[in-house]
Parts: sequence; C-alpha cells; structure tokens
Amino acid sequence: MTSPTAATAASRPVRPFWPPLAAGIALGLVLLLTFVLTGHGLGATGASTRLTAWLGTEVAPQATAANAYLGPMVEGGNPLPSWISWQVLGVALGALASAFWAGRFRVQIDGARSVGSGRRLLSALGGGLLAGFGARVAAGCTSGLGLSGAATLAIAAFVFLATFFAAGLLASRLVRGL
Amino acid sequence: MLPFNDAGLWSGLLCGALFGFVLESAGFGSPCKLTAQFRLSDWSVFKVMFTAIVVAAVGLWVLRLAGLLQADALFVPTSFVAAAAVGGVLVGAGFAVGGYCPGTSVVGLFSGRLDALVFLVGLVLGTVAFAGLYGPAIEHLMSLGEVAAGDTFATAFGIPDAVMLALLGAALVGVFVLGGRMERARRGPVTAEQAVAGADEALTH
Repeated sequence: MTSPTAATAASRPVRPFWPPLAAGIALGLVLLLTFVLTGHGLGATGASTRLTAWLGTEVAPQATAANAYLGPMVEGGNPLPSWISWQVLGVALGALASAFWAGRFRVQIDGARSVGSGRRLLSALGGGLLAGFGARVAAGCTSGLGLSGAATLAIAAFVFLATFFAAGLLASRLVRGL
Repeated sequence: MLPFNDAGLWSGLLCGALFGFVLESAGFGSPCKLTAQFRLSDWSVFKVMFTAIVVAAVGLWVLRLAGLLQADALFVPTSFVAAAAVGGVLVGAGFAVGGYCPGTSVVGLFSGRLDALVFLVGLVLGTVAFAGLYGPAIEHLMSLGEVAAGDTFATAFGIPDAVMLALLGAALVGVFVLGGRMERARRGPVTAEQAVAGADEALTH
C-alpha cells in the first residue's frame, strides 16, 4: 500500500462489513421504527425530485412553474424543507460516520482502476439518468417502493423488485459500468 | 395508537442516520459490492433486503395483531403494476450500469466516492428529462394495469397476511441457501478491504 490515496484508509484499520443477516435485521428494525414514527417507510428519490424542482426554480423559474410535473411541487414555495429531505441528509451523516469509524472512507473514483476514469464517470452519469427517470415512472425507487412497499406487502413493490432484478441481470451482461 | 405520524426534522434525521449507518456497514456504499449481486458472486444485496423486508413486515403484522398499530394509517403504494414494472426495469438497468441505486449513491458519496456524485447528477438530469416529457402519454402509462380490487395481496387477491409472511420467510431461506451456494461456486462476497481499494479488473469481470 504505497499509493498516496491509500493513506486515508491506512490511517485507521479497515473493519469488515457486517454479516448480511445482522445488517438485514438492523435494516428491518430501522424500517419498522420509521413506520411506527411516521406512518411511511424510508426513501431517496422523494428528496432528489424536490432538489430538482428547487434547482428548477433557481435556473428557470417560469419553465419550472409551468411544468406539469414540477409546477405543483413549487406552488407553495421552496420544495426542499420536507421529512424526506431531512431523512436523506441523515443518510449522508450516518454513512459518513460509519465509513470514518470503520476506516472505510476513501476519496476515489470507484471503477477507475477497472474501466478508466472517463468511462466510469460516463457509466455513473448514464446509470443515474436511467434510475432517475425510472424512479419517477414507478413513483419510487429501491428504498421507497421496493424495500418500504414490500414491508407493507404491496403488490407494486414485488413487481418492481422482480423487473429490477431481471433488468439488472441482463444489463450487467450487456454493459460494463465498472 | 401507532403510528405517531411525525413529519418533523428530528425523526427524519434519526431514521436517515440509522439507515445510512446500516447501509454503509453492510457494504452498500461500494458499487463493486452492489453490482456483484447481478454477477451472482455476492448475494449481500438480496440477503440484506429480504431479511429487512421480513423483519419489518412481521413487526408491522405483530403490532397490528396486538392492536397497537392502526392498519389503514400506513402508506401503501398504489398497485400501478405497469408503472412499477417499467420503473423497475429502468432503475435495475441504471443500478447495473451506474453501480448504485438512488439511496446507495448517497452512501457511496459520503464514503468518499466521486463517481457517486456523478450518479446523483444523472439522477437529477433523469428527473428533468421525466418532467420535460411528462404529459398525457406518461400519465396514461403510469396508471396502466392498476389492480382495482386493492393494493396488497390481502385486499386484491384475498391471500391472508400470515400466508404472505410465511412465503416471504421461505423465500428468505431460499435466498440464503441458493445465494450461499452461488457465492461458493464463484468469487464470493466482496470484502471491506477490496471495496475500499475500489473496483479492479479481477473483481468486476
């Protein structure tokens, strides 16, 4: 480990990941706590959609207000202050704390060593685009619809999880993202 | 009577921080580990997700049986089956190509990964594209195939929750047995050291 970027990781010993069963039980209890506290589950794209609407009001206020999808979201003013935004802020803080504590924080372009930086950033951008569009079609993502919806035994959640896995299997054989 | 219906800052920060801590601890900030689920060499994503679904679903069921939780107070996604299927395809393909799903890209970014930041930019651009194309055609697609009878297997098809939970429990055992077998036949789970070092040719091929 002589490369300079390895220094941040080397300063603390890298702790192993939690075993999947333990992590799954912990995640299930966090999800249960969220339902008990709020009446709904965990999510992610609720916040990125609000962020998009807010960016729209900063960059192109008239077009955003006139847009059939984003318009109603900005009618009542700034769309950002909302439970889902605080939750995603919490995800960032929790992940940061865990990564630092366990010696797993390292600034890098993950995948640069396998496919090169340029191609990796392009695959990340393209993948984000697909996921962003898809999550709006389904009105939820892996967390909000797949995980949280499945806990309420919702039909839509299991349909989402099935096509999510099938498409992922196929796409990972056709395109090498990292 | 539960739930508390708290929509405040502190419950958001608390639930989110626990969510982020657990996701990072499971290794879900690493695009190499996440996409290994699709290469079938690391089944952590499905093991963790299915375990969490069963724990939360059983917990909600027990609270409801005990009369502590108001059943119709929980948010249940509407059964727009076509929208869920199309969205699942796009999010699954985006996950395989981009290395993250929306939530785990936040975990990736805050464990130092700049490619996760670019994924998040793509997420915003995908939302812009959706908003730009939004109109009667997309609205029609999104409302297609709704199961009119209900949103859950109990209300729509009359399958009791206890039966669904038993099926999920069996599926969970299946995921651990089948997944474990495939992991042993292949490279096996991505370790924390490998994840921190970043994806390389050998790990992702």
